[in-house]
Amino acid sequence: MDRLKVNLCGIPLDNPLIPASGTFGFGYEFAELYDINCLGTFSFKGTTREPRFGNPTPRIAECPAGMINAVGLQNPGVEKVISEELPRLKKVFHKPVMANVSGFSVREYAETCALLDREPQVGWLEVNISCPNVHGGGMSFGTDPASAAEVTRAVKKVASKPVIMKLSPNVTDIASMAKACEDAGADGISLINTLQGMRISLRTRKPILANTMGGVSGPCIFPVALRMVYQVCRAVRIPVIGMGGISSAEDVLEMMMAGAAAVEIGAANLRDPLACLKILENLPGAMDTYGIGSLEELRRASAQGQT
Amino acid sequence: MTVTENSLLARDVYRLRLAGDASGIERPGQFVNLLLEGFFLRRPISVFDWTEDSLTLIYKTVGQGTAHMSRLSPGAELDLLTGLGNGYDTGLSGDKPLLLGGGVGVPPLYALAKKLREEGKQVRAVLGFRTAADAFGITDFEALGCETAVTTEDGSLGRRGFVTDALPDAYSFFYACGPLPMLRAIWRTCKPSGQLSLEERMGCGFGACMGCSIQTLSGPKRICREGPVFRKEELPWTV
Repeated sequence: MDRLKVNLCGIPLDNPLIPASGTFGFGYEFAELYDINCLGTFSFKGTTREPRFGNPTPRIAECPAGMINAVGLQNPGVEKVISEELPRLKKVFHKPVMANVSGFSVREYAETCALLDREPQVGWLEVNISCPNVHGGGMSFGTDPASAAEVTRAVKKVASKPVIMKLSPNVTDIASMAKACEDAGADGISLINTLQGMRISLRTRKPILANTMGGVSGPCIFPVALRMVYQVCRAVRIPVIGMGGISSAEDVLEMMMAGAAAVEIGAANLRDPLACLKILENLPGAMDTYGIGSLEELRRASAQGQT
Repeated sequence: MTVTENSLLARDVYRLRLAGDASGIERPGQFVNLLLEGFFLRRPISVFDWTEDSLTLIYKTVGQGTAHMSRLSPGAELDLLTGLGNGYDTGLSGDKPLLLGGGVGVPPLYALAKKLREEGKQVRAVLGFRTAADAFGITDFEALGCETAVTTEDGSLGRRGFVTDALPDAYSFFYACGPLPMLRAIWRTCKPSGQLSLEERMGCGFGACMGCSIQTLSGPKRICREGPVFRKEELPWTV
């Protein structure tokens, strides 16, 4: 199905569908249900240098047309990801995979990325800059263009693979964040990470999440995500991965019309483990409905519309 | 699956019967995850009883999702994931297992009691409720031939107190499900080994999101995947 093919930072993808980090583990749970090799790729569970248990529970709350999570980057740490998870992943997924990396200092980002960059199956490094900078007063790297640029430069210095900076939407000017990453050498941008939110239990009168606040995802954030992807695509020349509340083939097309080169699908996987498979199956029909011959053609048309 | 019955059993407690393929369920103590119209996340509900082509759930209305469930009528179609979680291991029971259930923790123990009785075990059950108005399922356990004791917090039915106030002198192994304070009391009080079923707010229910993780003595585990049933010895609780 050539009409679904796209290119992401020089690596061809059979289709633009990429399950988002934190909603797909290392792929095993989904591989029990369908052959995940039908996907473009997937972004594996956010990995940090040290093992992390994450936040206390409850970590999950619901909201209209979406959810809020405060998992807190639970992961076994980069060494175990490389020695235990990647060999298992390789058995169920045979394409280049996207390594999602988090850190709490510039050095930590660089060290984790350097280790994952050496793994043959890692095709791209996706760097999540929504984490607090422990050396910067706890402010998120992703809310300050200078910090985002610093992480980008540090990772680019150690990486041979394309570096995709994953942006937080919790900023005043998303385009300047993207531009700062591009100027610092980023090969791509992905957005949006979750929007900060919270819920309070009417019964206990206390926040539902043990962490008080969490990240909102799901269909309720789609219009916000689309707007930010649109703005970023007009601010940078590097490829942009659009994500945030995508739950149908139509949403994928809308995101690509905003200028995205590929899309990530997150919360939809948690509601329906077959969500990505269903979106993939529905994509050609949706393209027919809206007169789209190929996604490459759609991307070119969107790119021209930007000038 | 199709709703065939949805009836009130006790205060805020309903029995939902469904027809359709339930062959994904392998062990008592596993759960299903229901998609409800108008809600983004599924609702994890324990299994009271099942056959190849039918499923019985007993649930309590505790929030908007379960309140919506209580309004489902026969004929309604439900999208659900079945056979989630590990379930209880009847191989550990010994001859005289003890079942300890509290409130809506009672339902998964019914399916377990049925299996243990089929295996010829001598099963005792202690079922705890807040008051007589909250009680359900007692005759179901008795009909299986389980020696069944009841406790209520106000003494309006059975013995006054908690399930830990009505423990028999001798039993080979225990299986428990109920609210966390009850499980912790059981963990402290019961001398023999046992299995406890935990609950938590879940994102996916099948191991992808890490929303329901707990620390155990053998590292972090997902309640939805490696659980919900854990061995007493795995839990890092303190007396």
